Amino acid sequence: MSNQRVERIEFNKKGWNKSRVVNLIVDIFCGLIVAIASLSCVLPFVHIAAKSVSEEAFVVANKVFLLPKGFQLDAYNKIFHDASILRSMYVTVVVTVTFTLIGMILTVFASYALTRKELKGRKVMTTMIMVTYYFVAGAIPDYLLINNLGMLDTWWCLILPLCFAPYNFLIMKNNFQSAIPESLFESARLDGATHFTILTKIVLPLSKPILATIALFYAVGRWNAYSDALYYIKQNTDLRPLQLKLYYLIVAATESFQGEVTATQVLTNPEVLQAACIMFAAIPIICVYPFIQKYFVQGTMVGAVKG
Amino acid sequence: MKKDTISVAQKTAKKNAFAVYMRDNWQLYAMLLLPMLHLIVFKYLSYAGLSVAFMDYKVAKGFFESEFVGFEIFEKIFKHRDFGVAVRNTLLLNVLDLIFSFPMPIILALLLNEIRVKWFKKTTQTMLYLPHFLSWVVIGSVAYQMFGLSNGVVNALIANAGSSPIPFLQEDAWWLVTYVIIGIWQTMGWGTIIYLAAITNVNAELYEAAKVDGANRWQQCLNVTLPCIRSTVVIMLIMQLGKVMGGSFERILALSNAKVTEFTTTIPVLVYRWGIQSSKFSDSTALGLFQSVIGVALVLIADRVAKKLGEDGLL
Repeated sequence: MSNQRVERIEFNKKGWNKSRVVNLIVDIFCGLIVAIASLSCVLPFVHIAAKSVSEEAFVVANKVFLLPKGFQLDAYNKIFHDASILRSMYVTVVVTVTFTLIGMILTVFASYALTRKELKGRKVMTTMIMVTYYFVAGAIPDYLLINNLGMLDTWWCLILPLCFAPYNFLIMKNNFQSAIPESLFESARLDGATHFTILTKIVLPLSKPILATIALFYAVGRWNAYSDALYYIKQNTDLRPLQLKLYYLIVAATESFQGEVTATQVLTNPEVLQAACIMFAAIPIICVYPFIQKYFVQGTMVGAVKG
Repeated sequence: MKKDTISVAQKTAKKNAFAVYMRDNWQLYAMLLLPMLHLIVFKYLSYAGLSVAFMDYKVAKGFFESEFVGFEIFEKIFKHRDFGVAVRNTLLLNVLDLIFSFPMPIILALLLNEIRVKWFKKTTQTMLYLPHFLSWVVIGSVAYQMFGLSNGVVNALIANAGSSPIPFLQEDAWWLVTYVIIGIWQTMGWGTIIYLAAITNVNAELYEAAKVDGANRWQQCLNVTLPCIRSTVVIMLIMQLGKVMGGSFERILALSNAKVTEFTTTIPVLVYRWGIQSSKFSDSTALGLFQSVIGVALVLIADRVAKKLGEDGLL
């Protein structure tokens, strides 16, 4: 691939002939379109960020585009004094961490056990898991189940129902199968190693990239999801995760900010506050995703091989 | 007599073999305990809840006391006015996605493949991936801020250009356009991954041969790259077709508002409205089951078609 590119460039070094000009135009054209597309992905957030730290008067007059006008941090100050927003951030963090931990334990155990040929009935059990990937019972049977288990309005309804994902299990199982040679298992077994030892001493150290990938799939998925919270968290508003809180604040606009109303109240228009709120929810992801994207790319490609 | 001893010996041998097997492998079963328990409680018990679709479920009576009515609930919901609307909208939104969102990652991947400056390629790719990592609430909130009638930056720019503001999220037809554009925007970057991987696997000799034949870059792209990633495109298309009855509840919910009602009632939205907001559990479960069954059927058909076309299929 890269060879062919290098040659193509050398081929054209003979001077300003027609083909070189054409090539350059093609390069610029492609680069331009890609640049426009990628800017369209980032600029909205630059705009919202600029809005969130601008003076309200400029925002209301539609004077803020990509750079803040009249810098202020009142909106963020208000968010950090709004107990319910801080609480929802806390809920999201606790739920995401617990969810990812439990999900990883279940997924690792299931993937390891179901790749071992000694296990009887592994085909049946693998099928049993994969059936749930293609056929979901639907929102209401899930809701009635959570209700019958007495989990509505508790931490557990946000953690347990989704924490073992068949898709993630499939990726990890395929990876255990292909990345770790069978001979390694056999020699370890002959040396008298138990399955727990093999899992912790051989398989896990050899599978760090896929472990990172799946953990991130779980964590980002949990962080971003809100429809289950919308279904299950009704009365106990203390358990609203950040995304649900954001939904009520901005999309449904049925709730207002609770921050202490002081005599020097500067923000009257919701625009700036909403912008700050969006940034508050998006910034953790925006800061982290450039570093974790490569794991996501790997996981997506492994998953695509046999989805 | 002799026969008896043999069979007893065989039995003990079998018993011993089982004991040895369990001694060596009990840990495998111990590992499976929690995942299987999770599966049974949260997935298979949930399947049992599907029986609600076949009974006149009353919360006070519970699962066992409610009256069994067969397919009556289905007959009722199929006749319901909102049902047809929901099916139409679900199909409409997904077909629009298929037409407009599906080709975009392929085009972008082909363009990215032409870029030779490494840092530029890497930077733009990272930027393109951003929407994939954000939740639909964040995207919806950003959309409301950007496309607002009086406060949106897009309408401010339009006003600067001298035109009247466009009700992007406030009028049904425009809402549909905005919904589709946001869908394209959200999926175009992440979708390139599969296609870029397929392009890397194209045999470099094919490009050499094409160049010898005097093919320019456009012709190489058209006659080498595209045919080589054809099977990937077909697989992705079939997978997409399999989802035509599905659709993200979170996406619709994050983008809908009280002003637009024409296209926002899709099946998942109706499930939510009937089930959670009006507590019509039987109707809602039946509707969800209808969607699930069609979804599975479509995936199976898609898989069959893929295999008929000589591809690997999905299952």
